[in-house]
Amino acid sequence: MKLHRITAIIIRHLYLYKRSFPRLMDLLYWPALDVLLWGFISMYLGSVAGSVPNALTLFLGALILWNLLNQAQKGVSITFLEEVWARNLLNMFVTPLTVSEFLSASFLLGVIRIVIVTVVMAALSFLFYAFNLFQFGLFLIPFISLLLVFGWVLGVFTTGLILRYGSAAQVLAFGFVLLIQPFSAVFYPVSVIPESVRWIAYLVPSTYVFEGMRAVIASGIIPGSLLFGAVLSTSIFSVLSWLYFLRMFAHAKVNGALMKLD
Amino acid sequence: MSTVSVSHLTKKFSRIVAVDDISFSIEEGSITGFVGPNGAGKTTTIQMMLDLITPSSGNIKIFDKELHSHREEILQRMNFSSPYINLPYNLTVRENLLTFARFYGVKHPMRRIQELADFFDITSLLGMMTRSLSSGQLARVNLTKALLNSPSLLLLDEPTASLDPDIADRTRAMLRDIHTKHHITMLYTSHNMVEVEEMCDRVLFINEGKIVDDGSPRALAAKYGRRDMNEVFLTIARGNSSV
Repeated sequence: MKLHRITAIIIRHLYLYKRSFPRLMDLLYWPALDVLLWGFISMYLGSVAGSVPNALTLFLGALILWNLLNQAQKGVSITFLEEVWARNLLNMFVTPLTVSEFLSASFLLGVIRIVIVTVVMAALSFLFYAFNLFQFGLFLIPFISLLLVFGWVLGVFTTGLILRYGSAAQVLAFGFVLLIQPFSAVFYPVSVIPESVRWIAYLVPSTYVFEGMRAVIASGIIPGSLLFGAVLSTSIFSVLSWLYFLRMFAHAKVNGALMKLD
Repeated sequence: MSTVSVSHLTKKFSRIVAVDDISFSIEEGSITGFVGPNGAGKTTTIQMMLDLITPSSGNIKIFDKELHSHREEILQRMNFSSPYINLPYNLTVRENLLTFARFYGVKHPMRRIQELADFFDITSLLGMMTRSLSSGQLARVNLTKALLNSPSLLLLDEPTASLDPDIADRTRAMLRDIHTKHHITMLYTSHNMVEVEEMCDRVLFINEGKIVDDGSPRALAAKYGRRDMNEVFLTIARGNSSV
């Protein structure tokens, strides 16, 4: 792996943000709108007598962490899609650039997106609702790390789907996380999910993170079983998504699809 | 000494045989024309030589190394240009060239870009958005990109397609100049047979996935009893290849 090629991809994508209002909106406007919307909902729920305790912490904390997962996934799949839209895959892959370098750059672009979005959301939450994301203290580190890796895993998987199914699968770059959101128990505990499909929730790494977040709010500690479940399921999905992506990339090279994606 | 050595290369897409057991080599420092009708297998062959498409069978050696197992090392020393594959339109020319210079780890990228920009007379275009360039300007920018890494092997896919005769002539002159100065090995595809005669030392003729002839433009014309490469092309493409 060569750092100069990873840097080339990162800088090439940062050039795009310089003069693209829609891309900046994706990083600044929509997350800000989310904070306002969920802040109002949380305040309302908190004000109803006997309703959700710690509503603001539960909802805004979950919202910010959910956006982190979303941005990590988008960082990977949108980076790939930008190259598809610009018909630049051929230009890039006739250079010595490797797939691992491309994905590493996408991961780092995801981190840049996350830093920007998290700073915006955390600052607005503090400003408008006096909600401090850092109240979770050191627990934030495993939460953020696991969601970051799981976001990358989803990004790699959706990129594999785009390689396999082309433009028909592009919508997944934006919406794939929404497919798992109902099972991730982001805004409600797993116990709310019907028992017949609860096993799906326990397959999804993000479920453990959000359950963990609620455990920290309720008791100040995160159960080891939740952390173990998150690490185990993230590891399994990491291996599976990487294998799937490599297979789809090889498939695209065999059938010539790499140059025909649009 | 051969820069490229292709042996028994075949590519099948389902039941369609795009490239059918071809073998050829390209001598160092030569300009070899790769000629054939649409759908003959030229682009597929070039894409296999760039490791963009995986061959069904056969072997490609470039700089005496297997392409598949030495991809990074080989691609670092070669480049590709095609008017059909443009640089991202939403960056400036300078941003695009800097990006590709970084891919190749070019030392002093700005200096290298300026050298090439002076040569191709595109200095005034560097700050412009790529989307705003004309075909002729894009062709020169594409060639600039293709020379950023000072390649030893250059694959040129119809480099003058869609250019007016004046710009096409200037582009050919620039390519000849680069070839003379830097002794770059070139594989040159074109449908303009006058251009092929002018540029190429040797021509590989591919039709229906097979190499059907190979020789200098003059030798091929003599072999088929034709006046020029245009007539040779028509003779071979229309299946009347008997000498």
